Amino acid sequence: MSVAIKLRGCGKTWPGGTVALHPLDLDIAAGETLVLLGPSGCGKTTLLRLIAGLELPDAGGQVLFDGEDVTRLPIERRNVGMVFQSYALFPNMDVAGNIGYGLRVRGIPRAEVARRVDEMLEMTRLTEFARRRVDALSGGQRQRVALARAIAPRPRVLLLDEPLSALDARLREELRQEIDALLRSLGITAIYVTHDQAEAMALSDRICAMERGRIAQIGTGRDLYHRPANDFVAGFVGDTNRLGEELVRPEQLALHPSAEGEWTVQRATFLGPFVRVKLRDAAGRELMVDMPDLATPAPGARVEVRRRGPA
Amino acid sequence: MSDRLRAALLIAPALAVFGAFFLIPLGQLAVAGGAGGYTTILTEPRYLRSLGVTLLVAALTTAITLGIATAVGLFLARNRFPGRGTLLALLTLPLAFPGVVVGYLVIMLAGRQGLVSEISMALGGERIVFAYSLAGLLLGYVYFSIPRTLLTVIAAAEKLDPRLEEAARSLGASPLGVLRDVLLPGLSPALTAAGAICFATATGAFGTAFALASRIDVLPMVIYTEFTLQANLAVAAALSFLLGLATWAVLALARGASGGAAG
Ligand SMILES: Nc1ncnc2c1ncn2[C@@H]1O[C@H](COP(=O)(O)OP(=O)(O)O)[C@@H](O)[C@H]1O
Ligand SMILES: [Mg+2]
Repeated sequence: MSVAIKLRGCGKTWPGGTVALHPLDLDIAAGETLVLLGPSGCGKTTLLRLIAGLELPDAGGQVLFDGEDVTRLPIERRNVGMVFQSYALFPNMDVAGNIGYGLRVRGIPRAEVARRVDEMLEMTRLTEFARRRVDALSGGQRQRVALARAIAPRPRVLLLDEPLSALDARLREELRQEIDALLRSLGITAIYVTHDQAEAMALSDRICAMERGRIAQIGTGRDLYHRPANDFVAGFVGDTNRLGEELVRPEQLALHPSAEGEWTVQRATFLGPFVRVKLRDAAGRELMVDMPDLATPAPGARVEVRRRGPA
Repeated sequence: MSDRLRAALLIAPALAVFGAFFLIPLGQLAVAGGAGGYTTILTEPRYLRSLGVTLLVAALTTAITLGIATAVGLFLARNRFPGRGTLLALLTLPLAFPGVVVGYLVIMLAGRQGLVSEISMALGGERIVFAYSLAGLLLGYVYFSIPRTLLTVIAAAEKLDPRLEEAARSLGASPLGVLRDVLLPGLSPALTAAGAICFATATGAFGTAFALASRIDVLPMVIYTEFTLQANLAVAAALSFLLGLATWAVLALARGASGGAAG
């Protein structure tokens, strides 16, 4: 059911001359969840819309679904599911009407549509809202309807463009886990756009980090975090210290109070799970260290810094 | 209590104006018909026939105008191209034309010496003249109605969320399906409002029919004739009141129908 996707030489230049994407190649395995991660304006949505069939790549670009060239196939014939940040639910249909829409336009018999809609309602825990107007739902419920609507016709690939960005932090975490469970159980090829690195880490099989219309690095969350390809990736997926040539994450360091220590504590900020300590040395270099909230040194204290051993 | 009193005091001037300039003349008009006027128009078939033709012309005008304005409006709302502004200005130019001028334009196009007539002759065919028929009248009314309807549709179409259309397409909807399930439902409040104005304007339109001296006896023309040529004030008043009543009834029915469908 789900497909492997290949992009070959896909670039996108807007009529005004803005280059949203430099020609790029991308391979997504069948059933994989790939997260497109990057700051606003780096071309994530454009790349997603090329795969969806909502935009045409510049001349020479190719989009392949399981080897079949779909570059010129319009979105209505690509069999892709889409989920938007703004939900984009049909206001003139109720919840069940929205979920069944993709089945109805395919001419599937009514009884079959009803059965499938019930199944979707149950899967997304929306059964009691089946006859609700969509504008009488909360943001989280709306996005679950959008999700159910997108997967009801069993698409070949699911495309999600910042689906959680309009929700508040608590709901975002809850729904993220639901989406994760859903993607795992369906085994569907999914491409998920976000600018939130925590979301990317939690959901992805692999992350494709993007920078100004180019792919900066593709790899697992661990790869990007521990072996970032460049400073941009390193900085985007977490805070970093530069020790000579090496990049070190703040939680990979440990402090030891010592009168001869070369570092002085500037500031210790309590962040809940840990305390972030900012240090400075005589040469004015700065260092961040994350540590448990146990024996936090006071500002002005002299400390030594060591790398934590492997846990 | 004092809140209500204040609200009543605040609304009093509006009510006074409404009464003085709207209700009182309307009441006078209703009364001016007298028993005689109403008896005449209800017993002489040509008056009722004229009312029927008027409503038919208005309904056809509304249907054609909404069709054209929806297609053109959607196109103009979605596409940016050189000359778009000029085209829009050209399309909305007739807003400023009196009905009489629109009538002359129709004659220039489809009258005995009109463009269509000349071309059809030059091509060796029969002389085609339709300015004075139902087609000519409709052409004039539609021409007259398109600008304001078009502007309403464009404004509404620009507010539609393009993601809705993309979502429908991703689910497999054809362009026609998108129109039926997304665009028309989204535009329906605007289309209802614009259609109502179009219909009401067309039932009362006078200048175009007058200029065309059309073979179609629309009611405003009949009223004009009764009033100025026959000095038959009672019948003219009764007809006016009937026309207002009929238009109101049609619009109320249309609003009920579209409200039911949208709700
Ligand atoms: N329809 C469009 N026309 C012109 N420029 C666009 C259009 N859509 C996006 N862009 C530009 O392309 C670049 C990439 O945009 P986008 O793919 O939306 O980025 P992201 O989703 O990562 O925030 C941006 O510079 C944006 O301004
Ligand atoms: Mg985006």
